[in-house]
Amino acid sequence: MSNLRHTPVGATVTVRKIEGEGATRRRIMDMGITRGAEIYVRKVAPLGDPVEITVRGYELSLRKADAEMIQVD
Amino acid sequence: MSIRLALAGNPNCGKTTMFNDLTGATQYVGNWPGVTVEKKEGKFKGDKEVLITDLPGIYSLSPYTLEEVVARDYLVNEKPQAIMNLVDASNIERNLYLTTQLLEMGIPVVIALNMMDIVKKRGDVIDVKKLSQELGVPVVETAAIKGEGTRELVEAAKKAAKAGNAPAKRAFEGTIENAVTEIEKLIADVTEPAQRRWFAVKLFERDSKVQARFTLGKDVQDKIEKLITAVEEELDDDAESIITDARYQYIGKLVKDCVKKKKTGLSTSDKIDHIVTNRILALPIFALIMWLVYYVSVSTAGGIFTDWANDGVFGEGWHLFTIGAADYEEATAEYDDQITRRDAWLEAADEAGIDTSALTEQLEAEEADETAIADAAAAIEADPAAASVVGTAEFEDEDSGEVTTEDVNLATFEETMTAAEPDPADFGVWVPGIPVLLEKLFHSMGVNEDGWVYSLVMDGIVAGVGAVLGFVPQMLILFFFLAILEDCGYMARVAFIMDRIFRKFGLSGKSFIPMLIGSGCGVPAVMASRTIEQERDRRMTIMTTCFVPCGAKLPIIAMFAGAFFGGSGTIAFSAYVLGVLSIIISGIMLKKFKIFTGDPAPFVMELPSYHVPTAGNVFRSMWERGSSFIKKAGTVILLSTIFMWFTLGYGWEGGAFCAVSDIDNSIMARIGSVIAPIFTLPGFGTWKSTVAAISGLVAKENVVATFGQLYHFVGEVAEDGSEIWGELAADFTQVGAYAFMAFNLLCAPCFAAMGAIKREMNNGKWTALAIGYMCVYAYVVSTIIYQIGGLITGELTFGVGTVVAIAFIALIIFLLFRKPAKADSTEGLRRMSVDAN
Repeated sequence: MSNLRHTPVGATVTVRKIEGEGATRRRIMDMGITRGAEIYVRKVAPLGDPVEITVRGYELSLRKADAEMIQVD
Repeated sequence: MSIRLALAGNPNCGKTTMFNDLTGATQYVGNWPGVTVEKKEGKFKGDKEVLITDLPGIYSLSPYTLEEVVARDYLVNEKPQAIMNLVDASNIERNLYLTTQLLEMGIPVVIALNMMDIVKKRGDVIDVKKLSQELGVPVVETAAIKGEGTRELVEAAKKAAKAGNAPAKRAFEGTIENAVTEIEKLIADVTEPAQRRWFAVKLFERDSKVQARFTLGKDVQDKIEKLITAVEEELDDDAESIITDARYQYIGKLVKDCVKKKKTGLSTSDKIDHIVTNRILALPIFALIMWLVYYVSVSTAGGIFTDWANDGVFGEGWHLFTIGAADYEEATAEYDDQITRRDAWLEAADEAGIDTSALTEQLEAEEADETAIADAAAAIEADPAAASVVGTAEFEDEDSGEVTTEDVNLATFEETMTAAEPDPADFGVWVPGIPVLLEKLFHSMGVNEDGWVYSLVMDGIVAGVGAVLGFVPQMLILFFFLAILEDCGYMARVAFIMDRIFRKFGLSGKSFIPMLIGSGCGVPAVMASRTIEQERDRRMTIMTTCFVPCGAKLPIIAMFAGAFFGGSGTIAFSAYVLGVLSIIISGIMLKKFKIFTGDPAPFVMELPSYHVPTAGNVFRSMWERGSSFIKKAGTVILLSTIFMWFTLGYGWEGGAFCAVSDIDNSIMARIGSVIAPIFTLPGFGTWKSTVAAISGLVAKENVVATFGQLYHFVGEVAEDGSEIWGELAADFTQVGAYAFMAFNLLCAPCFAAMGAIKREMNNGKWTALAIGYMCVYAYVVSTIIYQIGGLITGELTFGVGTVVAIAFIALIIFLLFRKPAKADSTEGLRRMSVDAN
């Protein structure tokens, strides 16, 4: 088990759990990153942050700090 | 009887296109009460009885974002007769997530399955009939971009509204459903049956806004809490996650049943994205696009149109379609050459001992007296020595800078005296400017040109409003580009690329665009901040973007650099450094204040697929932004310019209140004298510099012109005020001059920009806060520059001022490094903004 921050580009992972609380957590879940969802890490921005992922068939960008809240395996 | 329909859907699902297609020109654009979220309403093109309200583009109905709260409050409180839910079929899973929530609101729903053309092109198949059956609501296929299916959608919505049947209740799985049903029973007497389900689910999620809506007894609250905790324990998760998971699981099954996806390789959008946000190419491509936007909208086309608006429409006039403009320019150049020859000969004549003073005096007089000039010229020509005088005229080629010389004798001089200044109206199709037309109108009405009515209209309103409206063409060009960037999907990538840098200063990646534009003009820069969704980031961007030296501040920089620093380019460069540093410092300081803390706006951002922007959307967006500036900002600017006109033009002269001939006697001069002592610390506590700074509020370049008036320079000063450098140097020291310049660059921007700030903040308190902050910051910085700089150069000795400056430095350092204030709750920021009005 790891979190999304440390998932290498090109890897596909499954969401285990979302940590944290409040608006950011809810937004992450509202965007479809829920338990069991598959995430493909597409790329990292030119300056190293944020990351771009594919989830539920569309592209989403999130900061590494927020990606850290997403437990995956 | 009219029918009220709501249009709801995710951002980027084609909702704007759909709304434009449905309502055409009947749109009304305003704001939702008390918040900065845009509200659009319009009548359906095909049936004026149908009123459509466009809800903000949202992903969910959570209590955390302003847009979502606005949307759900509207649905719960205003109860539209039906919801048209726009679903992007090419991104169906996430789009249906909002649908599952809308279905619970007790309002008839019709689903518009949009972008079906993309789905078909991809080779995917969606079983629309089955989807409609499973969801229990009508589903209409649409392609908003082509205007297909929109009529059918409204017809279906009208039918649903008339029938008034809310969608059938969809059960959650096992224990969740039991708990929600129990909660429904508990709140049965405080809710309407149709909305009961919605409130029960929200109470299960512990939605604070819904909890606050009801005054439930302690026992009921406890019962609800017990129900929730039981489910949470059983499923080992929190209630919010449980509901979200359940919705997405349901959608997962639904999509599996109704959608057949064809496995395909990279789509066109993927291929574009692969290049555009590539780790190596992304930044160069970004720089190129930004340069292009800046170059066209600020430097070239924007500049041309701004000149046209300022010098043409609000100036002398212009050549229609530039017909005759080239001929006129040629004639003007010829005339200028003749003047050069004339002056060269006169100079030589003067050296030869001929008295030319009578003629030069007449030539330089403000009102030319033709006969006096002719007489004076004849007198010179009659001088016996004149025949042998030969002058040397120098001509510099504008492009190559090459200087050619030409001998001028008496005959040439005589010829130059007959040359008449060309009248632009003689060439091509000449359209006179508004001031010229008004002048004629007043003349024909017999209005006294020395009277106050004439002065108010010409010097006050036309000059002031003209200065502002002159920016409109440039703004429209800029908005055109912004609309394209937004519509094609690149704007989201701008944020993606630049986020890392800007969030360090509490700004958003999208703040880059306003800052860039700000180096041209602050007005469109502030307006460009509209593209930033997060309210906090947007406000911060608005507060700092005017620190970038705009085009109108350049004359101020040129004047001080020229008068005090030998025209050094380092001064101009330092002005930009000062601007950028101010943005960084302000960003870091401000983000630690309580009003800017709160849960940092989540940067969980969709990167929509690229697509070709539609002309309709681009032009509509351009026009909406442009016209809203003209309307809202116009009123502020009009009042302010009239105030400035009055206080600068009127005062006490000879013991009576009247229009003053000397600016020293104006009301503003008195106001300046009263305020001036405040500016002792930053080193410009004279009433003259105070008045100059205040006049900069109309337009920053006015600072230079006002100095011209204050030093009683006859005629108009050059753009950099070179004629008054001597007087300036007598009034300021180098350090004082730099401090004054810094103050003018950083303090409140011109009225036009303040109008734009008011428009974008849409809130009096925030507008005042933003402008107040800029003024205070400018004061602090200029004080530090003057006091510490003066100490270093030895102009000042250690004193009270030094102590204050050191205290200011300490304050800035403290604000930069202190711990950020803690917000009351995760939604503190949002709540504040809702309550603000």
